[in-house]
Amino acid sequence: MQTYDLEADGLRGLNAALQAQATETNQTVWEVVNPRGSHAIAVGLDAPIEVNVKGSTGYYCGGMNKQATVHVHGSAGPGVAENMMSGTVVIEGDASQYAGATGHGGTLVIKGNASSRCGISMKGIDIIVHGNVGHMSAFMGQSGNLVVCGDAGEALGDSLYEARLFVRGSVKSLGADCVEKEMRPEHLEMLADLLARGKCDAKPEDFKRYGSARKLYNFDIDNAY
Amino acid sequence: MTDKPQTLPIQSATFTQEVNAEIRRAAATGIYDIRGGGAKRKLPHFDDLLFLGASMSRYPLEGYREACGTNVTLGTRFAENPIELKTPITIAGMSFGALSGQAKEALGRGATLAGTSTTTGDGGMTPEERGHSNKLVYQYLPSRYGMNPDDLRRADAVEMVVGQGAKPGGGGMLLGQKISDRVAEMRNLPKGIDQRSACRHPDWTGPDDLEIKILEIREITGWKIPIYVKVGGARPYFDTTLAIKAGADVVVLDGMQGGTAATQDVFIEHVGQPTIACIREAVKALQDLDMHRKVQLIVSGGIRNGADVAKCMALGADAVAIGTAALIALGDNDPKWEAEYNKLGTTAGAYDDWHEGQDPAGITTQDPELAKRLDPIEGGRRLNNYLKVMTLEAQTIARACGKNHLHNLEPEDLCAVTLEAAAMTKIPLAGTDWYPGKPGTDY
Ligand SMILES: Cc1cc2nc3c(=O)[nH]c(=O)nc-3n(C[C@H](O)[C@H](O)[C@H](O)COP(=O)(O)O)c2cc1C
Repeated sequence: MQTYDLEADGLRGLNAALQAQATETNQTVWEVVNPRGSHAIAVGLDAPIEVNVKGSTGYYCGGMNKQATVHVHGSAGPGVAENMMSGTVVIEGDASQYAGATGHGGTLVIKGNASSRCGISMKGIDIIVHGNVGHMSAFMGQSGNLVVCGDAGEALGDSLYEARLFVRGSVKSLGADCVEKEMRPEHLEMLADLLARGKCDAKPEDFKRYGSARKLYNFDIDNAY
Repeated sequence: MTDKPQTLPIQSATFTQEVNAEIRRAAATGIYDIRGGGAKRKLPHFDDLLFLGASMSRYPLEGYREACGTNVTLGTRFAENPIELKTPITIAGMSFGALSGQAKEALGRGATLAGTSTTTGDGGMTPEERGHSNKLVYQYLPSRYGMNPDDLRRADAVEMVVGQGAKPGGGGMLLGQKISDRVAEMRNLPKGIDQRSACRHPDWTGPDDLEIKILEIREITGWKIPIYVKVGGARPYFDTTLAIKAGADVVVLDGMQGGTAATQDVFIEHVGQPTIACIREAVKALQDLDMHRKVQLIVSGGIRNGADVAKCMALGADAVAIGTAALIALGDNDPKWEAEYNKLGTTAGAYDDWHEGQDPAGITTQDPELAKRLDPIEGGRRLNNYLKVMTLEAQTIARACGKNHLHNLEPEDLCAVTLEAAAMTKIPLAGTDWYPGKPGTDY
């Protein structure tokens, strides 16, 4: 295992070392100590390595991740795992705003709560939140899945495209064009898999599914003439 | 009929035929007018400025023999590999989706021949444009369509788009007719929807956040490539100041005449400041922070010829960008398609329904049959010729002002022919040494 002291050795050295790992690397496990809320920790990785961050992170931890597993043993600042392509990011604590924003793939697991705009503009990522999510979560979500084991704040799924939202607790309000949808067997199956990946102790049957009413897909034009 | 003298029918200057037609259109459809292009109304512009030329106190350079440099280096502040261009005229960001694959390829070919850069747009990077563009700037937009770290590292620079001159404060639009299979896949959207992309970035809001966002992008790209910040002409002094503070290597400033692929007409015509009004304010911000020429300024919005380029440079820009003019060079709005424009209810020169995807010139379309009309090699040749002419024109003017590089043009080389232009650019009104608001004067 490699240990990197972020406070002593600096951000550039960390990201350069992690980004230099090739797919067939044998330096597969890294530990980052003294993160102290620094921004842009472990961004742009592209190898199947495991990075354990021992503490809390600032903005954009795990940004644009491919292949790697980034595990934050603390809480994460805004935009954690933003634009992730593949791989896994796990947050032991809470996540701030825009967690998983615009993610194209991979899995983001938040063991605590996520703040507002969780999964904003998501494009294929799977996000599993053990706790609650704040307002405007999954705003303009295009594809992927957002699973919330707790409650969702106001305007969930506003202007949603094809992302699927599953919430176990209450939803304060649904955003424009977001509606509750029937939970069919294929959804239960999908949800069971997501819950297993997120290591959530929850039953798929206890969730409700939300999705796009698809009424905003086209402009409303009066064609009477 | 009577022989009694009659008044002539008088058309209202307020309720013009165009205004009335728009009222009728709105009444029939219930939707605002969407179109492409830039502001069509008459605004103070580069034509309202003139060069003084050399005289007793300034020597001109010999027209064809004495050197007059045109090269520019962009991104010298932080990037390990700044961009070196032979001409300061760059190609602005225009999306694949708004434009056909062939049009993007033609832009890449022409820009490469001319020794300049081209720019992706709201829809990601296509292999065609990467392959044919020697220098390619990759836009980082609120929608993040197609955004990925591999393309980011393939880029020669990244442009963080905060705003566009045609619609400061507005997001993108691509209507269903143009969401083909390929476009839908690149953007991860259902086919055929009327796509309206976000106006605000999903994971940062103010300039303090942008600074951290830029740090992240630099960490992902290893601090190698320049990072530009593009703003619409809204509050140029503050926007430029904040972009510099956030860590930009280059500021791209797009005035309200700047084109767009598709936006509400009301937005294009009524939001933003004219290009000439923005430049001096942005340059002042750079100077106040001692960053003029250290952070480069690229100006766009209605640039058409070498005189416009030279005027931008004289006002303090380092380079310019063109969108609409490049499309016209490729063949957009060419009268040779007049019969087809007529069928679409318009005429060559006025065609702006670029969002409908029926462009007779095959440029702003995703229809494979129409797109085939543009030969990317021929288009590239035309664009290169046009860029060459603009560069030669700018050099001609610079030499006449006694300047051995376009960057040596200065405000003192100019006069203004209208009060408005004088006020907006702080260039003295022709025949005077005064402009409105000049310090030491009361008016
Ligand atoms: C067809 C078209 C598509 C455009 N697409 C984008 C875009 O995707 N992103 C962007 O920042 N600006 C876009 N723009 C604006 C240009 O980058 C540029 O700011 C503008 O065209 C400059 O003004 P000009 O057209 O008068 O030269 C587009 C413009 C046009 C004409």
